[in-house]
Amino acid sequence: MGAESSPKIVIVDESPIRAAILEEGLREAGFTGVVHISEMQSLLARIYALDPDVILIDLENPSRDVLEQMFQVSRAVRRPIAMFVDQSDAASIQASVDAGVSAYIVDGLKKERIKPILDLCISRFNAFAKLQGELDRAKSALEDRKVIDRAKGILMKLKGLTEDEAYVLLRSTAMREKKKIGEIAQSILTASELLK
Amino acid sequence: MTHPLRIGFIPLVDAAALIVAVDKGFAEAEGLDVTLVREVSWSNVRDKLNIGLFDAAHLLAPVAIASSLGLGHVKVPIAAPFNLGLNGNAITVSPALHAAIMAELDGDRIDPMATALALSRVVAARRKSGAEPLTFGMTFPFSTHNYQLRFWMAAGGVDPDEDVRLVVLPPPYMVDSLASGHVDAFCVGAPWNSIAVDLGIGHILHFVSDILVRAAEKVLAVRQNWSEKNPQIVAALIRAAFRAAEFIEQPHNRIEAARILSAPERIGVDADVIQRTLDGRLKISPDGNMRESSRYLLVAREGAARPDPVQAAWLYAQMVRWGQASFSPEALATAKAVFRPDLYDAALGRKGTAADVPGTIGAFAGPPFDANDIGGHLAAFAIGRRAS
Repeated sequence: MGAESSPKIVIVDESPIRAAILEEGLREAGFTGVVHISEMQSLLARIYALDPDVILIDLENPSRDVLEQMFQVSRAVRRPIAMFVDQSDAASIQASVDAGVSAYIVDGLKKERIKPILDLCISRFNAFAKLQGELDRAKSALEDRKVIDRAKGILMKLKGLTEDEAYVLLRSTAMREKKKIGEIAQSILTASELLK
Repeated sequence: MTHPLRIGFIPLVDAAALIVAVDKGFAEAEGLDVTLVREVSWSNVRDKLNIGLFDAAHLLAPVAIASSLGLGHVKVPIAAPFNLGLNGNAITVSPALHAAIMAELDGDRIDPMATALALSRVVAARRKSGAEPLTFGMTFPFSTHNYQLRFWMAAGGVDPDEDVRLVVLPPPYMVDSLASGHVDAFCVGAPWNSIAVDLGIGHILHFVSDILVRAAEKVLAVRQNWSEKNPQIVAALIRAAFRAAEFIEQPHNRIEAARILSAPERIGVDADVIQRTLDGRLKISPDGNMRESSRYLLVAREGAARPDPVQAAWLYAQMVRWGQASFSPEALATAKAVFRPDLYDAALGRKGTAADVPGTIGAFAGPPFDANDIGGHLAAFAIGRRAS
Protein backbone atom coordinates (compact mmCIF):
# COMPACT_ATOMS: atom_id res chain seq x y z
CA MET A 1 0.00 0.00 0.00
CA GLY A 2 1.36 3.37 -0.96
CA ALA A 3 0.81 6.76 0.64
CA GLU A 4 -2.34 7.18 -1.48
CA SER A 5 -4.18 4.44 0.43
CA SER A 6 -3.15 4.90 4.06
CA PRO A 7 -0.44 7.34 5.06
CA LYS A 8 2.22 6.05 7.43
CA ILE A 9 1.92 7.98 10.67
CA VAL A 10 4.50 8.28 13.45
CA ILE A 11 3.45 9.47 16.91
CA VAL A 12 6.30 10.92 18.99
CA ASP A 13 5.02 11.13 22.55
CA GLU A 14 6.59 10.27 25.89
CA SER A 15 3.15 9.69 27.40
CA PRO A 16 2.21 6.08 26.58
CA ILE A 17 -1.43 6.57 27.58
CA ARG A 18 -1.97 9.60 25.36
CA ALA A 19 -0.18 7.91 22.48
CA ALA A 20 -2.40 4.83 22.90
CA ILE A 21 -5.55 6.98 22.89
CA LEU A 22 -4.41 8.70 19.71
CA GLU A 23 -3.29 5.49 18.05
CA GLU A 24 -6.62 3.84 18.77
CA GLY A 25 -8.50 6.79 17.31
CA LEU A 26 -6.41 6.76 14.16
CA ARG A 27 -6.91 3.03 13.67
CA GLU A 28 -10.66 3.38 14.19
CA ALA A 29 -10.66 6.06 11.51
CA GLY A 30 -8.99 3.63 9.14
CA PHE A 31 -5.37 4.75 9.41
CA THR A 32 -3.62 1.46 9.75
CA GLY A 33 0.04 2.40 9.50
CA VAL A 34 0.63 3.99 12.91
CA VAL A 35 3.88 3.68 14.87
CA HIS A 36 4.54 5.13 18.32
CA ILE A 37 8.04 6.31 19.30
CA SER A 38 8.58 6.94 23.01
CA GLU A 39 12.37 6.68 23.07
CA MET A 40 13.98 10.03 22.19
CA GLN A 41 17.56 8.81 21.76
CA SER A 42 18.38 8.60 18.05
CA LEU A 43 14.93 9.89 17.19
CA LEU A 44 16.00 11.09 13.75
CA ALA A 45 17.54 7.76 12.81
CA ARG A 46 14.32 5.96 13.73
CA ILE A 47 12.20 8.38 11.76
CA TYR A 48 14.45 8.04 8.71
CA ALA A 49 14.16 4.28 8.99
CA LEU A 50 10.35 4.39 9.33
CA ASP A 51 10.06 6.95 6.54
CA PRO A 52 6.64 8.26 7.61
CA ASP A 53 4.27 10.51 5.70
CA VAL A 54 3.02 12.25 8.83
CA ILE A 55 4.71 12.91 12.19
CA LEU A 56 2.71 13.95 15.23
CA ILE A 57 4.59 15.23 18.29
CA ASP A 58 3.40 16.59 21.61
CA LEU A 59 4.46 20.14 22.43
CA GLU A 60 5.83 19.22 25.85
CA ASN A 61 8.49 17.22 24.07
CA PRO A 62 11.88 19.01 23.84
CA SER A 63 12.73 16.70 20.94
CA ARG A 64 10.48 18.78 18.74
CA ASP A 65 13.56 20.87 17.93
CA VAL A 66 15.27 17.71 16.73
CA LEU A 67 12.55 17.21 14.13
CA GLU A 68 13.04 20.74 12.84
CA GLN A 69 16.50 19.71 11.71
CA MET A 70 14.88 17.56 9.05
CA PHE A 71 13.59 20.60 7.19
CA GLN A 72 17.11 21.82 6.64
CA VAL A 73 19.15 21.21 3.56
CA SER A 74 21.43 18.41 4.53
CA ARG A 75 22.75 15.21 3.09
CA ALA A 76 20.94 13.24 5.74
CA VAL A 77 17.54 14.18 4.37
CA ARG A 78 16.11 11.74 1.88
CA ARG A 79 12.63 13.17 1.82
CA PRO A 80 12.02 16.80 2.55
CA ILE A 81 9.52 17.20 5.34
CA ALA A 82 7.46 20.33 5.69
CA MET A 83 5.32 21.61 8.47
CA PHE A 84 1.72 20.92 7.64
CA VAL A 85 0.39 24.20 8.85
CA ASP A 86 0.73 26.50 5.89
CA GLN A 87 0.29 30.23 5.82
CA SER A 88 -3.47 30.10 5.22
CA ASP A 89 -4.33 27.78 8.04
CA ALA A 90 -4.20 29.93 11.15
CA ALA A 91 -7.20 28.23 12.75
CA SER A 92 -5.60 24.80 12.52
CA ILE A 93 -2.34 26.06 13.98
CA GLN A 94 -4.14 27.70 16.88
CA ALA A 95 -6.24 24.62 17.58
CA SER A 96 -3.32 22.24 17.51
CA VAL A 97 -1.07 24.41 19.68
CA ASP A 98 -3.93 24.83 22.15
CA ALA A 99 -4.37 21.08 22.23
CA GLY A 100 -0.62 20.65 22.71
CA VAL A 101 0.30 18.84 19.52
CA SER A 102 2.17 19.64 16.35
CA ALA A 103 2.05 17.88 12.99
CA TYR A 104 4.59 17.53 10.20
CA ILE A 105 4.07 15.97 6.79
CA VAL A 106 6.20 15.06 3.85
CA ASP A 107 6.01 17.32 0.88
CA GLY A 108 3.36 16.38 -1.61
CA LEU A 109 0.80 14.77 0.66
CA LYS A 110 -2.49 16.45 -0.09
CA LYS A 111 -3.88 18.81 2.48
CA GLU A 112 -7.39 17.33 2.39
CA ARG A 113 -5.88 13.99 3.39
CA ILE A 114 -4.15 15.52 6.39
CA LYS A 115 -7.06 17.50 7.75
CA PRO A 116 -8.94 14.49 9.23
CA ILE A 117 -5.73 13.24 10.85
CA LEU A 118 -5.02 16.57 12.46
CA ASP A 119 -8.64 17.05 13.55
CA LEU A 120 -8.65 13.64 15.16
CA CYS A 121 -5.33 14.36 16.79
CA ILE A 122 -6.60 17.63 18.26
CA SER A 123 -9.78 16.05 19.61
CA ARG A 124 -7.89 13.11 21.17
CA PHE A 125 -5.32 15.40 22.76
CA ASN A 126 -8.12 17.53 24.18
CA ALA A 127 -9.89 14.41 25.40
CA PHE A 128 -6.72 13.26 27.10
CA ALA A 129 -6.27 16.64 28.80
CA LYS A 130 -9.88 16.46 30.02
CA LEU A 131 -9.35 12.93 31.29
CA GLN A 132 -6.20 14.03 33.08
CA GLY A 133 -8.11 16.93 34.64
CA GLU A 134 -10.88 14.61 35.82
CA LEU A 135 -8.34 12.20 37.23
CA ASP A 136 -6.67 15.03 39.15
CA ARG A 137 -10.03 16.21 40.47
CA ALA A 138 -11.03 12.67 41.45
CA LYS A 139 -7.73 12.27 43.28
CA SER A 140 -8.19 15.50 45.17
CA ALA A 141 -11.83 14.59 45.95
CA LEU A 142 -10.60 11.31 47.43
CA GLU A 143 -8.01 13.21 49.46
CA ASP A 144 -10.72 15.61 50.66
CA ARG A 145 -12.92 12.69 51.68
CA LYS A 146 -10.13 11.25 53.84
CA VAL A 147 -9.43 14.61 55.45
CA ILE A 148 -13.14 15.18 56.13
CA ASP A 149 -13.49 11.73 57.72
CA ARG A 150 -10.58 12.42 60.04
CA ALA A 151 -11.91 15.87 60.94
CA LYS A 152 -15.32 14.38 61.71
CA GLY A 153 -13.65 11.85 64.01
CA ILE A 154 -11.87 14.65 65.89
CA LEU A 155 -15.11 16.66 66.30
CA MET A 156 -17.01 13.57 67.45
CA LYS A 157 -14.42 12.83 70.08
CA LEU A 158 -13.82 16.37 71.37
CA LYS A 159 -17.41 17.65 71.24
CA GLY A 160 -19.30 14.40 71.80
CA LEU A 161 -21.17 14.71 68.46
CA THR A 162 -22.63 12.04 66.24
CA GLU A 163 -21.12 11.62 62.80
CA ASP A 164 -24.04 13.45 61.18
CA GLU A 165 -23.82 16.33 63.63
CA ALA A 166 -20.06 16.59 63.04
CA TYR A 167 -20.64 16.79 59.30
CA VAL A 168 -23.38 19.44 59.67
CA LEU A 169 -21.01 21.51 61.79
CA LEU A 170 -18.28 21.26 59.15
CA ARG A 171 -20.67 22.18 56.38
CA SER A 172 -22.25 25.15 58.13
CA THR A 173 -18.82 26.49 59.09
CA ALA A 174 -17.67 26.17 55.50
CA MET A 175 -20.74 28.04 54.27
CA ARG A 176 -20.32 30.79 56.84
CA GLU A 177 -16.62 31.28 56.02
CA LYS A 178 -17.18 30.83 52.28
CA LYS A 179 -14.66 28.01 52.13
CA LYS A 180 -14.69 24.43 50.96
CA ILE A 181 -15.55 21.73 53.48
CA GLY A 182 -12.18 20.13 52.70
CA GLU A 183 -10.39 23.34 53.70
CA ILE A 184 -12.24 23.58 57.03
CA ALA A 185 -11.51 19.91 57.69
CA GLN A 186 -7.83 20.47 56.89
CA SER A 187 -7.64 23.38 59.33
CA ILE A 188 -9.16 21.18 62.05
CA LEU A 189 -6.49 18.56 61.41
CA THR A 190 -3.76 21.19 61.49
CA ALA A 191 -5.10 22.70 64.72
CA SER A 192 -5.40 19.33 66.44
CA GLU A 193 -1.86 18.50 65.33
CA LEU A 194 -0.65 21.77 66.94
CA LEU A 195 -2.61 21.21 70.16
CA LYS A 196 -1.44 17.65 70.69
CA MET B 1 -2.86 51.10 34.13
CA THR B 2 -0.97 47.83 33.85
CA HIS B 3 -0.58 45.77 30.70
CA PRO B 4 -0.71 42.00 31.01
CA LEU B 5 1.95 40.29 28.88
CA ARG B 6 2.82 36.66 28.31
CA ILE B 7 6.47 36.10 27.49
CA GLY B 8 8.05 32.76 26.64
CA PHE B 9 11.59 31.74 27.53
CA ILE B 10 13.93 28.76 27.50
CA PRO B 11 15.79 28.08 30.78
CA LEU B 12 19.21 29.48 29.85
CA VAL B 13 21.37 32.11 31.54
CA ASP B 14 20.97 34.51 28.62
CA ALA B 15 17.30 34.89 29.54
CA ALA B 16 18.73 36.74 32.57
CA ALA B 17 17.69 40.28 31.65
CA LEU B 18 14.15 39.16 30.96
CA ILE B 19 13.80 37.07 34.12
CA VAL B 20 15.38 39.69 36.39
CA ALA B 21 13.24 42.41 34.78
CA VAL B 22 10.16 40.51 35.93
CA ASP B 23 11.26 39.01 39.24
CA LYS B 24 13.10 42.10 40.48
CA GLY B 25 10.15 44.36 39.68
CA PHE B 26 11.61 46.43 36.83
CA ALA B 27 8.75 45.35 34.55
CA GLU B 28 6.12 46.19 37.14
CA ALA B 29 7.69 49.63 37.61
CA GLU B 30 7.11 50.17 33.89
CA GLY B 31 3.44 49.26 34.26
CA LEU B 32 3.82 45.77 32.85
CA ASP B 33 2.24 42.70 34.41
CA VAL B 34 4.39 39.97 32.88
CA THR B 35 3.75 36.26 33.09
CA LEU B 36 6.88 34.34 32.13
CA VAL B 37 6.21 30.98 30.52
CA ARG B 38 9.00 28.42 30.58
CA GLU B 39 9.16 26.42 27.36
CA VAL B 40 10.86 23.20 26.34
CA SER B 41 11.71 23.84 22.69
CA TRP B 42 12.62 26.72 20.41
CA SER B 43 9.98 25.48 17.99
CA ASN B 44 7.35 26.01 20.67
CA VAL B 45 8.63 29.50 21.51
CA ARG B 46 8.62 30.46 17.84
CA ASP B 47 5.14 29.04 17.16
CA LYS B 48 3.55 30.54 20.26
CA LEU B 49 5.05 33.93 19.46
CA ASN B 50 3.96 33.65 15.82
CA ILE B 51 0.34 32.83 16.56
CA GLY B 52 -0.01 35.32 19.37
CA LEU B 53 -0.06 33.06 22.43
CA PHE B 54 3.03 34.99 23.51
CA ASP B 55 3.37 38.76 23.24
CA ALA B 56 7.16 38.54 23.33
CA ALA B 57 9.83 35.89 23.66
CA HIS B 58 13.42 35.04 24.47
CA LEU B 59 14.41 33.80 21.02
CA LEU B 60 17.40 32.60 19.03
CA ALA B 61 18.46 35.60 16.92
CA PRO B 62 18.63 33.50 13.71
CA VAL B 63 15.09 32.20 14.34
CA ALA B 64 13.85 35.80 14.42
CA ILE B 65 15.49 36.34 11.02
CA ALA B 66 14.35 32.99 9.56
CA SER B 67 10.80 33.69 10.71
CA SER B 68 10.87 37.10 9.04
CA LEU B 69 12.14 35.52 5.81
CA GLY B 70 9.78 32.52 5.96
CA LEU B 71 12.70 30.06 6.00
CA GLY B 72 11.86 26.54 7.08
CA HIS B 73 8.55 27.65 8.49
CA VAL B 74 5.64 30.07 8.34
CA LYS B 75 6.63 33.64 7.46
CA VAL B 76 5.92 36.02 10.33
CA PRO B 77 7.83 39.30 10.45
CA ILE B 78 9.61 39.66 13.79
CA ALA B 79 11.17 42.72 15.41
CA ALA B 80 14.09 42.37 17.82
CA PRO B 81 14.46 45.62 19.77
CA PHE B 82 16.79 44.23 22.46
CA ASN B 83 19.71 41.78 22.52
CA LEU B 84 19.47 39.33 25.39
CA GLY B 85 22.93 37.89 25.07
CA LEU B 86 26.20 38.05 23.17
CA ASN B 87 29.01 35.50 23.44
CA GLY B 88 27.34 33.21 25.98
CA ASN B 89 27.92 29.96 24.11
CA ALA B 90 30.85 27.63 24.49
CA ILE B 91 32.12 24.51 22.75
CA THR B 92 32.50 21.54 25.06
CA VAL B 93 34.14 18.27 24.02
CA SER B 94 34.30 14.82 25.58
CA PRO B 95 37.46 13.90 27.50
CA ALA B 96 38.41 11.50 24.66
CA LEU B 97 38.02 14.11 21.93
CA HIS B 98 39.79 16.67 24.10
CA ALA B 99 42.78 14.37 24.50
CA ALA B 100 42.81 13.65 20.75
CA ILE B 101 42.75 17.36 19.86
CA MET B 102 45.44 18.21 22.44
CA ALA B 103 47.67 15.45 21.03
CA GLU B 104 47.41 17.02 17.57
CA LEU B 105 47.57 20.63 18.74
CA ASP B 106 50.27 22.82 17.26
CA GLY B 107 49.83 26.16 18.97
CA ASP B 108 47.92 27.78 21.79
CA ARG B 109 44.98 25.79 23.13
CA ILE B 110 42.64 28.78 22.96
CA ASP B 111 43.69 29.68 19.41
CA PRO B 112 40.69 28.48 17.38
CA MET B 113 42.76 28.08 14.21
CA ALA B 114 45.13 25.76 16.05
CA THR B 115 42.28 23.68 17.50
CA ALA B 116 40.39 23.59 14.19
CA LEU B 117 43.50 22.32 12.39
CA ALA B 118 44.01 19.77 15.15
CA LEU B 119 40.37 18.71 14.75
CA SER B 120 40.87 18.22 11.02
CA ARG B 121 43.81 15.90 11.75
CA VAL B 122 41.69 13.97 14.25
CA VAL B 123 38.91 13.69 11.66
CA ALA B 124 41.35 12.51 8.97
CA ALA B 125 42.86 9.88 11.28
CA ARG B 126 39.40 8.58 12.20
CA ARG B 127 38.42 8.32 8.57
CA LYS B 128 41.60 6.40 7.82
CA SER B 129 40.99 3.95 10.64
CA GLY B 130 37.37 3.48 9.59
CA ALA B 131 35.96 4.99 12.79
CA GLU B 132 32.51 6.58 12.84
CA PRO B 133 32.52 10.31 12.07
CA LEU B 134 32.49 12.62 15.11
CA THR B 135 29.08 13.93 16.14
CA PHE B 136 28.56 17.53 17.29
CA GLY B 137 25.40 18.68 19.04
CA MET B 138 23.87 22.12 18.67
CA THR B 139 20.52 23.54 19.65
CA PHE B 140 18.71 24.43 16.44
CA PRO B 141 19.32 24.63 12.68
CA PHE B 142 18.78 28.40 12.86
CA SER B 143 21.08 29.14 15.78
CA THR B 144 24.26 31.12 16.31
CA HIS B 145 25.56 27.90 17.91
CA ASN B 146 25.26 26.10 14.59
CA TYR B 147 27.08 28.88 12.73
CA GLN B 148 29.81 29.25 15.37
CA LEU B 149 30.57 25.51 15.24
CA ARG B 150 30.54 25.45 11.45
CA PHE B 151 32.67 28.58 11.11
CA TRP B 152 35.27 27.19 13.49
CA MET B 153 35.66 23.72 12.05
CA ALA B 154 35.46 24.85 8.41
CA ALA B 155 38.37 27.25 9.02
CA GLY B 156 40.48 24.20 9.83
CA GLY B 157 39.32 22.36 6.70
CA VAL B 158 36.60 20.24 8.30
CA ASP B 159 33.42 20.23 6.23
CA PRO B 160 30.58 20.26 8.77
CA ASP B 161 28.20 18.44 6.39
CA GLU B 162 30.66 15.93 4.95
CA ASP B 163 33.31 15.17 7.56
CA VAL B 164 31.33 15.16 10.82
CA ARG B 165 27.70 14.90 11.89
CA LEU B 166 25.90 17.91 13.24
CA VAL B 167 22.76 17.06 15.19
CA VAL B 168 20.17 19.13 16.99
CA LEU B 169 19.73 18.41 20.68
CA PRO B 170 17.57 20.25 23.21
CA PRO B 171 19.92 22.01 25.70
CA PRO B 172 18.78 19.96 28.72
CA TYR B 173 19.71 16.74 26.81
CA MET B 174 23.20 17.92 25.83
CA VAL B 175 24.95 16.75 28.96
CA ASP B 176 23.34 13.28 28.96
CA SER B 177 24.15 12.87 25.30
CA LEU B 178 27.81 13.70 25.88
CA ALA B 179 27.93 11.31 28.84
CA SER B 180 26.36 8.49 26.83
CA GLY B 181 28.65 9.04 23.84
CA HIS B 182 25.70 9.97 21.64
CA VAL B 183 27.67 13.13 20.78
CA ASP B 184 31.42 13.83 21.02
CA ALA B 185 31.03 17.58 21.49
CA PHE B 186 28.45 20.33 21.59
CA CYS B 187 27.97 24.05 21.32
CA VAL B 188 25.41 25.36 23.79
CA GLY B 189 24.71 28.32 26.04
CA ALA B 190 25.13 28.58 29.80
CA PRO B 191 24.78 26.80 32.12
CA TRP B 192 25.09 23.48 30.23
CA ASN B 193 28.81 23.66 29.46
CA SER B 194 29.59 24.24 33.13
CA ILE B 195 27.34 21.39 34.17
CA ALA B 196 29.16 18.98 31.84
CA VAL B 197 32.51 20.10 33.30
CA ASP B 198 31.25 19.80 36.88
CA LEU B 199 30.10 16.25 36.17
CA GLY B 200 33.56 15.43 34.88
CA ILE B 201 32.35 14.44 31.42
CA GLY B 202 33.39 17.44 29.36
CA HIS B 203 36.11 20.00 28.72
CA ILE B 204 35.25 23.51 27.56
CA LEU B 205 37.42 23.85 24.46
CA HIS B 206 36.36 27.34 23.44
CA PHE B 207 34.38 30.28 24.58
CA VAL B 208 32.74 31.38 21.35
CA SER B 209 34.37 34.78 21.78
CA ASP B 210 37.56 32.98 20.66
CA ILE B 211 35.83 32.48 17.30
CA LEU B 212 33.94 35.76 16.89
CA VAL B 213 34.60 38.91 18.91
CA ARG B 214 30.89 39.71 18.96
CA ALA B 215 28.01 37.41 18.12
CA ALA B 216 24.33 37.99 18.85
CA GLU B 217 22.81 34.80 20.18
CA LYS B 218 19.44 35.60 21.72
CA VAL B 219 17.06 38.50 21.29
CA LEU B 220 13.92 39.76 22.88
CA ALA B 221 11.50 39.18 20.02
CA VAL B 222 8.04 40.57 19.28
CA ARG B 223 5.81 40.30 16.23
CA GLN B 224 6.46 43.28 14.01
CA ASN B 225 2.78 44.14 13.57
CA TRP B 226 2.16 43.80 17.30
CA SER B 227 5.05 46.16 18.04
CA GLU B 228 3.59 48.70 15.62
CA LYS B 229 0.25 48.55 17.42
CA ASN B 230 1.78 48.65 20.91
CA PRO B 231 4.74 51.02 20.75
CA GLN B 232 4.45 52.13 24.40
CA ILE B 233 4.39 48.57 25.66
CA VAL B 234 7.43 47.66 23.57
CA ALA B 235 9.26 50.73 24.88
CA ALA B 236 8.35 49.85 28.47
CA LEU B 237 9.59 46.31 27.94
CA ILE B 238 12.90 47.58 26.52
CA ARG B 239 13.37 49.90 29.51
CA ALA B 240 12.59 47.13 31.99
CA ALA B 241 15.01 44.72 30.29
CA PHE B 242 17.65 47.43 30.07
CA ARG B 243 17.45 48.21 33.78
CA ALA B 244 17.65 44.50 34.57
CA ALA B 245 20.66 44.07 32.26
CA GLU B 246 22.46 46.98 33.95
CA PHE B 247 21.59 45.52 37.35
CA ILE B 248 23.05 42.13 36.40
CA GLU B 249 26.29 43.68 35.15
CA GLN B 250 27.05 45.20 38.56
CA PRO B 251 29.36 42.67 40.23
CA HIS B 252 27.82 43.31 43.66
CA ASN B 253 24.38 42.34 42.32
CA ARG B 254 25.49 39.02 40.87
CA ILE B 255 24.68 36.95 43.94
CA GLU B 256 21.13 38.25 43.95
CA ALA B 257 20.77 37.88 40.17
CA ALA B 258 22.05 34.31 40.30
CA ARG B 259 19.64 33.51 43.13
CA ILE B 260 16.68 34.89 41.15
CA LEU B 261 17.70 32.92 38.06
CA SER B 262 18.25 29.68 39.96
CA ALA B 263 14.59 29.41 41.05
CA PRO B 264 13.03 26.09 39.98
CA GLU B 265 10.43 27.74 37.74
CA ARG B 266 13.13 29.87 36.06
CA ILE B 267 16.42 28.18 35.13
CA GLY B 268 16.38 25.68 37.97
CA VAL B 269 20.14 25.23 38.28
CA ASP B 270 22.42 25.92 41.29
CA ALA B 271 22.99 29.63 41.87
CA ASP B 272 26.77 29.26 42.08
CA VAL B 273 26.96 27.65 38.62
CA ILE B 274 24.89 30.51 37.21
CA GLN B 275 27.01 33.09 38.97
CA ARG B 276 30.20 31.68 37.45
CA THR B 277 28.75 32.21 33.99
CA LEU B 278 27.60 35.74 34.83
CA ASP B 279 31.09 36.47 36.17
CA GLY B 280 32.74 35.02 33.05
CA ARG B 281 34.81 32.75 35.29
CA LEU B 282 34.27 29.19 34.19
CA LYS B 283 35.73 25.92 35.24
CA ILE B 284 36.89 24.52 31.91
CA SER B 285 38.15 21.08 32.82
CA PRO B 286 37.10 18.47 35.36
CA ASP B 287 40.44 18.81 37.20
CA GLY B 288 39.45 22.35 38.17
CA ASN B 289 41.20 24.55 35.61
CA MET B 290 39.50 27.92 35.50
CA ARG B 291 39.33 30.34 32.63
CA GLU B 292 38.26 33.94 33.00
CA SER B 293 37.17 36.17 30.15
CA SER B 294 35.70 39.63 30.10
CA ARG B 295 34.25 38.77 26.70
CA TYR B 296 32.12 35.88 27.95
CA LEU B 297 28.36 36.48 28.06
CA LEU B 298 27.85 40.19 27.49
CA VAL B 299 24.50 41.26 28.94
CA ALA B 300 24.71 45.05 29.00
CA ARG B 301 28.39 45.97 28.94
CA GLU B 302 30.01 47.13 25.70
CA GLY B 303 26.59 48.16 24.42
CA ALA B 304 25.64 44.50 24.12
CA ALA B 305 21.91 45.02 24.55
CA ARG B 306 21.60 47.39 21.59
CA PRO B 307 20.64 45.45 18.44
CA ASP B 308 23.20 45.79 15.67
CA PRO B 309 21.94 45.16 12.10
CA VAL B 310 25.48 44.14 11.07
CA GLN B 311 25.05 41.14 13.37
CA ALA B 312 21.79 40.28 11.61
CA ALA B 313 23.57 40.57 8.24
CA TRP B 314 26.32 38.21 9.42
CA LEU B 315 23.76 35.66 10.61
CA TYR B 316 21.95 35.90 7.27
CA ALA B 317 25.28 35.43 5.47
CA GLN B 318 25.78 32.19 7.41
CA MET B 319 22.34 30.98 6.29
CA VAL B 320 23.47 31.64 2.71
CA ARG B 321 26.85 30.02 3.25
CA TRP B 322 25.32 26.81 4.56
CA GLY B 323 22.52 26.56 2.03
CA GLN B 324 19.63 27.49 4.35
CA ALA B 325 18.82 30.57 2.26
CA SER B 326 19.64 31.80 -1.19
CA PHE B 327 21.11 35.27 -1.42
CA SER B 328 19.05 38.27 -2.46
CA PRO B 329 19.52 41.95 -1.63
CA GLU B 330 15.86 42.10 -0.54
CA ALA B 331 16.28 39.22 1.91
CA LEU B 332 19.44 40.85 3.28
CA ALA B 333 17.52 44.09 3.83
CA THR B 334 14.70 42.17 5.56
CA ALA B 335 17.18 40.35 7.79
CA LYS B 336 18.94 43.57 8.83
CA ALA B 337 15.60 45.25 9.54
CA VAL B 338 14.73 42.58 12.13
CA PHE B 339 17.28 44.15 14.51
CA ARG B 340 15.79 47.42 15.72
CA PRO B 341 18.28 49.81 17.31
CA ASP B 342 15.79 52.60 16.53
CA LEU B 343 13.22 51.15 18.95
CA TYR B 344 15.95 50.62 21.53
CA ASP B 345 17.22 54.20 21.25
CA ALA B 346 13.73 55.70 21.31
CA ALA B 347 12.70 53.74 24.41
CA LEU B 348 15.81 54.77 26.30
CA GLY B 349 15.76 58.37 25.10
CA ARG B 350 19.10 58.01 23.36
CA LYS B 351 20.18 59.77 20.21
CA GLY B 352 21.84 56.75 18.63
CA THR B 353 25.11 57.86 17.11
CA ALA B 354 27.64 56.11 14.93
CA ALA B 355 29.68 55.49 18.07
CA ASP B 356 26.92 53.18 19.33
CA VAL B 357 27.56 50.73 16.54
CA PRO B 358 30.51 48.46 17.15
CA GLY B 359 29.84 47.05 13.66
CA THR B 360 32.38 44.36 14.24
CA ILE B 361 32.09 40.61 13.95
CA GLY B 362 35.78 39.98 14.48
CA ALA B 363 36.00 36.44 13.15
CA PHE B 364 39.33 34.67 13.67
CA ALA B 365 39.51 33.55 10.04
CA GLY B 366 38.69 35.02 6.65
CA PRO B 367 38.43 38.65 5.59
CA PRO B 368 36.61 41.22 7.78
CA PHE B 369 32.85 40.92 7.36
CA ASP B 370 31.35 43.26 4.79
CA ALA B 371 27.56 43.48 5.02
CA ASN B 372 27.50 45.30 1.69
CA ASP B 373 29.25 42.53 -0.20
CA ILE B 374 28.10 39.22 1.19
CA GLY B 375 28.74 37.36 -2.06
CA GLY B 376 32.32 38.60 -2.20
CA HIS B 377 32.79 37.92 1.49
CA LEU B 378 31.56 34.33 1.26
CA ALA B 379 33.67 33.67 -1.82
CA ALA B 380 36.70 33.89 0.47
CA PHE B 381 35.62 30.71 2.29
CA ALA B 382 36.45 27.41 0.62
CA ILE B 383 33.86 25.28 2.42
CA GLY B 384 30.17 26.03 2.12
CA ARG B 385 26.86 24.88 0.65
CA ARG B 386 25.95 27.97 -1.29
CA ALA B 387 23.30 27.57 -3.94
CA SER B 388 24.94 28.58 -7.23
